[in-house]
Amino acid sequence: MADLAAYRAVLASRIRAQRSYRTSFVLDLASSLLVGFVELAEVWVVFHAVTELGGLDLAAVVLVFGLADLAFSLADLSFGHCDTLPTYLRAGTLDVFYLRPQPLLLQLITSDISLRRLARAVVGAAALGVGLAVNDVAWSLASVALIVLALVSGIATFAAMFVWAAGAQFYLIDGAEATNAFVYGGRYAATQPASVWSRPLVVVFGFFFPMAFTAYLPVVTLLGLPGPEWMPTWLGWCAPVAALWAWVLALLTWRAGVRHYQGGGG
Amino acid sequence: MITPTIGPIIETHDLGRDFRVRDGLRRRTVVAVDRLSIRVEPGEAVGYIGANGAGKSTTIKLLTGILMPTRGTVATCGLRPMADRRRLAREVGVVFGQRTQLWWDLPVRDSLRLLASIHALGRVAERERTDELVERLELAEFLGTPVRQLSLGQRMRAEVAAALLHSPRLVILDEPTIGLDVLSKQRLREFLIAERSRHGTTLLLTTHDMGDVERLCDRILLVDRGSLVYDGTLAGLSRTVGAERVLVVDLAEPTPDLADVPDTRHLGSEAGGMRQRLAFDPESTTAARVLASLSDRAELVDLAVEEPEIEEIVRRIYASRR
Ligand SMILES: Nc1ncnc2c1ncn2[C@@H]1O[C@H](COP(=O)(O)OP(=O)(O)OP(=O)(O)O)[C@@H](O)[C@H]1O
Ligand SMILES: [Mg+2]
Repeated sequence: MADLAAYRAVLASRIRAQRSYRTSFVLDLASSLLVGFVELAEVWVVFHAVTELGGLDLAAVVLVFGLADLAFSLADLSFGHCDTLPTYLRAGTLDVFYLRPQPLLLQLITSDISLRRLARAVVGAAALGVGLAVNDVAWSLASVALIVLALVSGIATFAAMFVWAAGAQFYLIDGAEATNAFVYGGRYAATQPASVWSRPLVVVFGFFFPMAFTAYLPVVTLLGLPGPEWMPTWLGWCAPVAALWAWVLALLTWRAGVRHYQGGGG
Repeated sequence: MITPTIGPIIETHDLGRDFRVRDGLRRRTVVAVDRLSIRVEPGEAVGYIGANGAGKSTTIKLLTGILMPTRGTVATCGLRPMADRRRLAREVGVVFGQRTQLWWDLPVRDSLRLLASIHALGRVAERERTDELVERLELAEFLGTPVRQLSLGQRMRAEVAAALLHSPRLVILDEPTIGLDVLSKQRLREFLIAERSRHGTTLLLTTHDMGDVERLCDRILLVDRGSLVYDGTLAGLSRTVGAERVLVVDLAEPTPDLADVPDTRHLGSEAGGMRQRLAFDPESTTAARVLASLSDRAELVDLAVEEPEIEEIVRRIYASRR
């Protein structure tokens, strides 16, 4: 419990420090909105060309986009700094974590929070809201549970992706660039229906990082769509299993990274 | 809380650490620490000195669980640094002269508060310790200033307070006085001396400033290329290289060079021979004996004995090993 108080105190201090830049929140929101709409427009243009995007219509695509985008931005909000590990290494912050009586990874995760990413979450939430409104959702306790489950698992999966990136960056020299390809590639893949993924995307984000489970599969289940033939319709309910797998992968990578660590120099 | 041991605070046996480094395309092994066996008892103040790259910071990382040893064993406060890292963190405070434990954008006061909650200090303990450190390190005037706006000297004082807030039994300082002016160095040393006598804290410090060693340490560990080459007192260190001491005498009247005093070497004369400098080896004679033979030859007005510069001694030890 005392430990929890420590994490809370650090996070609270981060939030306080960021509140002093409140004016820029409006700017952040504006730019996030812009980027969000551009991305949505991109999805729409692709959709327009093929009319049927992997078996989903525009409304369903917006729902997939909203669900994935909201999950990603909420994960980014509290875990996004993890994939800037080289900054921590260079500043010697990681060595300082070693000198404190808490687990390293928990210290890293709770060392920062990025409120400005709230703006991006607002965009994702709006897309999700629109997506839920324009689709023919058969509302029931089960469908609400599925949406909540998908969102929570999606956040957990993306969060795991950031932790995985942190672990991998112990090894990689230009770590951030290499892992960004996966983190942002994964986000991109998640906002698209998995049925249109190219083959390499399927290998990486279908099996290794379970991105299809963050939005596409739950939406297919939610709307009772046919989806790919090989796939049972209940697969959308397995999002938590995918999140669990992502965390196993993340924690193993993190542990290997810490073992590999040679101290921050100086 | 259980105090782990009453045995030595630091104990290493044949401790070693290698680094794999990329050298162009080839990989190469750097031996940073090798066959290091040391034992430090509670309450000691030890200066850990050596040239750049000798392995001092690496040793500190081995002692605090930041790095895994390649060879040998290490126990700090009776604990295994890697396996018991979190318990050890409560017993050890580390000051890195070149990195910060504080939060750049927060006032010093807030950083100390965060650290108190990180170390789970009770409310009373926190207040008492903070007040004590604020007073003795003179932090009051900049407690409300964000760390990034502090001068180097102020920041170092705040760093020391941060590292000592949880009253660690062992305090390790890696170049704590680097970049500080004479007055700031002096203050920091006085604080550390007082802290030690009040709380019985064990000190281990690395430094390139021999003033720190002379003022603070009663024992020196000298490392060269990762290995221990001397363990003992400062005075003993000068004896190992047979360092000469220099007697400076002021005479009543101009005197010809005193080149024939037994067991001495005439180094030079000033002011027409009214001030002369004679070197002697403390192993073969004493200052008193030199003085006795001097007074047969001239009338003394004043005298001073110059100790060899510690930098000079270290340089000689290094040279003799090359
Ligand atoms: N993370 C690392 N990766 C590779 N080599 C390292 C690493 N850290 C230290 N070394 C090497 O190990 C040796 C000892 O370094 P260390 O930093 O312990 O020296 P030091 O005595 O603290 O020197 P200084 O007085 O300059 O601080 C050096 O040759 C250094 O280059
Ligand atoms: Mg060093």
